[in-house]
Amino acid sequence: MAKFDLNDSGVVVIVGSGAGGGTLGNELAQKGVKVVILEAGPRIENQDFINDEWDSFSQLAWSDMRTTSGSWRVAHDFPSIPAWIVKAVGGSTVHWAGASLRFDEHEFKIKSAYGGIPGANLIDWPITLAEMEPWYAKAEDKMGVTRTNGIPGLPGNNNFKVMEAGARKLGYKEVHTGRMAINSEPRDGRGSCQQIGFCFQGCKSGAKWSTLYSEIPKGEATGNLEVRPGSMVIKIEHDPSGKVTGVVYADATGAMQRQKARVVAVAGNSIESPRLLLNSASSMFPDGLANSSGQVGRNYMRHMTGSVYATFEKSVHMYRGTTMAGIIRDEARNDPKRGFVGGYEMETLSLGLPFMAAFLNPGAWGRSFTSAMEGYPRMAGMWLVGEDMPQETNRITLDPKIKDKFGMAVASVHFDDHPNDVAMRDHAYRQGAAVYEAVGATVTYPTPPYPSTHNMGTNRMSEKPRDGVCNKFGQTHDIKNLFISDGSQFTSGAACNPTLTIVSLAIRQADHIAGAMQRKEI
Amino acid sequence: MREIDRRSKYDRRVFLKGAAATAPAVAIATSTGLGITDAWAEDAKTLTPATMKTLLKMARDIYPHDFLGDSYYIAAVTPWDGKAAKDPAVKTLIVDGVARLDQEANDRHKMPYVQVAWENDRVALLQKIEASAFFQQVRGDLIVSLYNNKEVWPRFGYEGSSAEHGGYIKRGFADIDWLSKV
Repeated sequence: MAKFDLNDSGVVVIVGSGAGGGTLGNELAQKGVKVVILEAGPRIENQDFINDEWDSFSQLAWSDMRTTSGSWRVAHDFPSIPAWIVKAVGGSTVHWAGASLRFDEHEFKIKSAYGGIPGANLIDWPITLAEMEPWYAKAEDKMGVTRTNGIPGLPGNNNFKVMEAGARKLGYKEVHTGRMAINSEPRDGRGSCQQIGFCFQGCKSGAKWSTLYSEIPKGEATGNLEVRPGSMVIKIEHDPSGKVTGVVYADATGAMQRQKARVVAVAGNSIESPRLLLNSASSMFPDGLANSSGQVGRNYMRHMTGSVYATFEKSVHMYRGTTMAGIIRDEARNDPKRGFVGGYEMETLSLGLPFMAAFLNPGAWGRSFTSAMEGYPRMAGMWLVGEDMPQETNRITLDPKIKDKFGMAVASVHFDDHPNDVAMRDHAYRQGAAVYEAVGATVTYPTPPYPSTHNMGTNRMSEKPRDGVCNKFGQTHDIKNLFISDGSQFTSGAACNPTLTIVSLAIRQADHIAGAMQRKEI
Repeated sequence: MREIDRRSKYDRRVFLKGAAATAPAVAIATSTGLGITDAWAEDAKTLTPATMKTLLKMARDIYPHDFLGDSYYIAAVTPWDGKAAKDPAVKTLIVDGVARLDQEANDRHKMPYVQVAWENDRVALLQKIEASAFFQQVRGDLIVSLYNNKEVWPRFGYEGSSAEHGGYIKRGFADIDWLSKV
């Protein structure tokens, strides 16, 4: 396994080891580029994952202090936990559900498709679906996505069967067990899904793709990749010419280290990535790195989300098997006649009893709540995930007062729903309830959004430097050897889950970085 | 379909051992065949027995599950005594909060909260203090201390950890039998 010197200024430093950073690291290592991944969290292997929601949350979740504001209910119910994401090697690919969907063509050009939406900050992506298709194909092959590359779909569990039956009765057509980066048969040295049911707590069998045990060990095997867990990057440094020269990070003992770098790629997710750029402000870049547009931290997106749980007369046991066990895609289209632009997916979801208590209706108490809880074994559930509007005022900023243990300002997350998001959620709640009522639900529960799992858009791609932070390769407009490599580069969020697009962009970016290094452009 | 045995799957000895960690008086009372008495409350060191019994009643009124005996709620509220011992601010929060709740009860019913007979009447009193830090902390703690008790899970038909049993691939992940064919 590689070990690079702190003064080795030839390495690419990647901040974060999730879908973006972990994939980029392996891809670059395969091409012979020397890479150091600095991961803030520990390295926890899959046999050590815990099938227990709260214990797993303590083990994996990013629980460092953050602050929140805005009219979203998360700011009230979970003021210091705006996002449910992972602080560990593998990042949120440890706890993701596995849904791997491509954007639709229109979702790369929402300004053209949706026109002017008051209050929304829309631009088209500087790339198209046609340009992305070969990279999507590489990502699907790498991740072993079901229903691609001849890989069969996963079997449907009870929760899926209920949703599927209701969907058919309503006349929905595109209903299946999803395109999932979960092995339905052994592939790539990993076994097939055992229907354990704790996908969010880390897949103990390794059937679900994660950079932790698929990308990173392959990269390490090349001798070109070193992963340093417990390494919290606090500042990116630059020289008088404005090129970045390396990063300062706190190592696992809390000691400050300086790793030199030829290229720095930021992949700390859409909250930490802009925080790092803002915390790296200097006399040359007083508003933070790569922020001449003023767009760093802005256009924070978290998807229009919500859930519908429904209780039936007889048992469902939704928690058995794959958490996200199937999908209805009919509402993912853009059809403004419904009263909103963009679309949404309906995907099965289940929570265990402890998290159902915490998330079904945060703050609720009394018999209405306990009656719902007593229906737990007879419940089916779905998650509603749709495109939310990028808004300049939905934003990650540096908290003016609160610092972390290294003295760096913590991230403050402000979010208000756009009227389009509200209209879409209301529609989705109605349709979700209708699906379950069609097969005999006795009661349905429109459940509010959880802390954000899909965090996107705070360092967005743009054609013009004034509209965003990075170009079509994630290269920042202002600093040519500084890259954005996670979901924060999303120009818009689309209806579907973001991971496949993050991975596809990372593969494409690795190609670009390696080529530019070879040509001595960076 | 494979249904869940809602009876506690823990044998009596295991249950008592688990309970002993948080509520020794329950264990003693139960193991001596006396049933659950007020002994658990008498055992509190920092808070008064009356305060502990008020917390128990509150817990039952906040998250009422009639199929759960008091032992689960006692296990959920008993840690407040230890927390109050460690942190004077917690002690003040609980003591003052209970005093205010009893004041509301006295104002309306001329008796302390625990003696108000109907749940609906007690709930109306809780609603008056719902915005207080006392209520919110007791409620927020209960969401975890009640529903994250593994002994409670089978009562709600939840099976918990599954990897060590080989997941559900051979244990009913797709055994639903009541949906009409589509």
